Amino acid sequence: MADISVADDQEVDQSRRRFLTAATAATGAVGAGFAITPFLLSWLPSERARALGAPTEVDVAKIEPGQMVVTSWRKQAIYVVHRTPEMVASLPKNDAKLKDPASADSDQPAYATNEMRSLKPDYLVLIGICTHLGCLPKQHFERGDKALGADWPGGFFCPCHGSKFDMAGRVFDGSPASVNLRVPPYEFRGDTLVIGVDEQKGVA
Amino acid sequence: MGNAANSAAGSSAATGGLRAWLNKRLPIDEFVQSQLVGYYAPKNFNIWYFFGSLALLVFVIQIVTGIFLTMNYKPGELTAFDSVEYIMREVEWGWLIRYMHSTGASLFFVVVYLHMYRALVYGSYKAPRELLWLFGMCIYLALMAEAFFGYVLPWGNMSFWGAQVIVNLFGTIPGIGPGLVEWIRGDYGIADSTLNRFFALHVIALPLALALLIVLHIVALRQTGSNNPDGIEIKAKLGANGKPLDGIPFHPYYTLKDIVGIGVFLMIFAIIVFFVPTFGGLFLEAPNFTPANALSTPEHIAPVWYFTPFYAILRAVPDQRLGALLMGLSVLVYLFLPWLDRSPVKSVRYRGWIWKLALLVFTVSFLALMYLGLQPAEGRYVTMARIFTTTYFAFFVLMPFYTRIDPVKPVPERVTYHA
Repeated sequence: MADISVADDQEVDQSRRRFLTAATAATGAVGAGFAITPFLLSWLPSERARALGAPTEVDVAKIEPGQMVVTSWRKQAIYVVHRTPEMVASLPKNDAKLKDPASADSDQPAYATNEMRSLKPDYLVLIGICTHLGCLPKQHFERGDKALGADWPGGFFCPCHGSKFDMAGRVFDGSPASVNLRVPPYEFRGDTLVIGVDEQKGVA
Repeated sequence: MGNAANSAAGSSAATGGLRAWLNKRLPIDEFVQSQLVGYYAPKNFNIWYFFGSLALLVFVIQIVTGIFLTMNYKPGELTAFDSVEYIMREVEWGWLIRYMHSTGASLFFVVVYLHMYRALVYGSYKAPRELLWLFGMCIYLALMAEAFFGYVLPWGNMSFWGAQVIVNLFGTIPGIGPGLVEWIRGDYGIADSTLNRFFALHVIALPLALALLIVLHIVALRQTGSNNPDGIEIKAKLGANGKPLDGIPFHPYYTLKDIVGIGVFLMIFAIIVFFVPTFGGLFLEAPNFTPANALSTPEHIAPVWYFTPFYAILRAVPDQRLGALLMGLSVLVYLFLPWLDRSPVKSVRYRGWIWKLALLVFTVSFLALMYLGLQPAEGRYVTMARIFTTTYFAFFVLMPFYTRIDPVKPVPERVTYHA
């Protein structure tokens, strides 16, 4: 008790008090930062989720020309299209109507950064998730499809927000999506298409 | 309540018994006196002033029905859809509890939108009630998040694809976008981990935040007092007792008035729950009666009606980053309302034709966007959405200019009555 009354009489060293308050608050903030880290990291994909992201295989010999097969890799729909020679030949005609014809701003492996956006011109492999907000674009491969107008060259149409893509997954002008459909890493082992792995990068 | 008021007005300490014992330990009478009987609200409230208390009622309904739903709901991608069907078909009265919860969600937004529109019409966000408005906006934002998480839980196909679209909105943020989306989902797609964390946020995190924000909203209201249809401060004219001349005790006058509103509201609520629980696909959407399927997008994705004005804005913009940005702004712009509005007058009754015209343009734009957000994103719907997006933002962006030149009328000293 006596000590307290003595302290009352002394002048308070405000700058010392401010320093101690700031130092205590800073130490507390660092501690809080460390404490919050495990909670934030617990939201990342778990070990199990990462393990389940293993490569997927598709037998492309069973896909007829003009047909599309939908499979799944890492919970994402994967479109595998066996393009007809006419589809392949028509692709350059779309260039003027596309946002990113050379795929300069789009996401694909180096071996798919070409007009066909594929390793082999006959086979188109895409992540079937609209680059706008993640719906699945639907296949509208018929030229002049009724719903999309007489000048429709064939491709994909996203029913959610109306984005349009050509037979190489390249986005048309006037679509809400800004970049082309993504291409996953893949390679061919004979007639087997392996998605999620490639010679250049290994497992993605 | 009446007795409590009388004894509090007298001397509660003098009366003996349990009540005195309690009051010595917990300030019950003091609370009733200061917050209910002694709190004076303007005497000219009209029908627009029902919606605050109704919002509180719906909050209680949602908490109670929600607690009972969690007793049978099982989060998880393999169990969620089936457990909701189990609640609907096999749990005794489960259908009623779930329909009360789903109807409550939509009616929550009905009363909150009317409550907010009232503030817009009578200038209730203007000084000195800016903070009251901001707390209200925080409640609205928390409510949107709460509604979105709740929408995902039944794990129908619309739940799944709605989650996909909304979570991907964060992917448009430059740089951190893709990593952020993966962090929110906890997987490479919308998955079990996403559903479970949304469940945790829906049943505990956001309800707690909402309860706290509601307390702050009401405390801030008690500090400034309610605005009224004339938009004048009743505290400026005090009677001999130090209370506003144009005010009446909140209890019993407005508690009784609110009970009438609650009665009418519950009738409407019951009619929807028993006769039109899906409300023609507006409250519960048909594609959500099929289980979530990552390989099949529904033909036509539309959010529940209360999000459609903002969704229409998102779809109207032919650039994904700009679209997401404008959509975010279209919600957050209300936060700036107290500072955008430069008019010296609060209530629409004493504002000029420019404000009335602007308010009409805003009202039409909001309702039109609400309609357009429910339609497919094609042809003239997109053109119309672009026009109304422009007029919607014009209402806010031009507000500092037109509110200054608006020919306002003189504001009365005392409140008036308009039957």
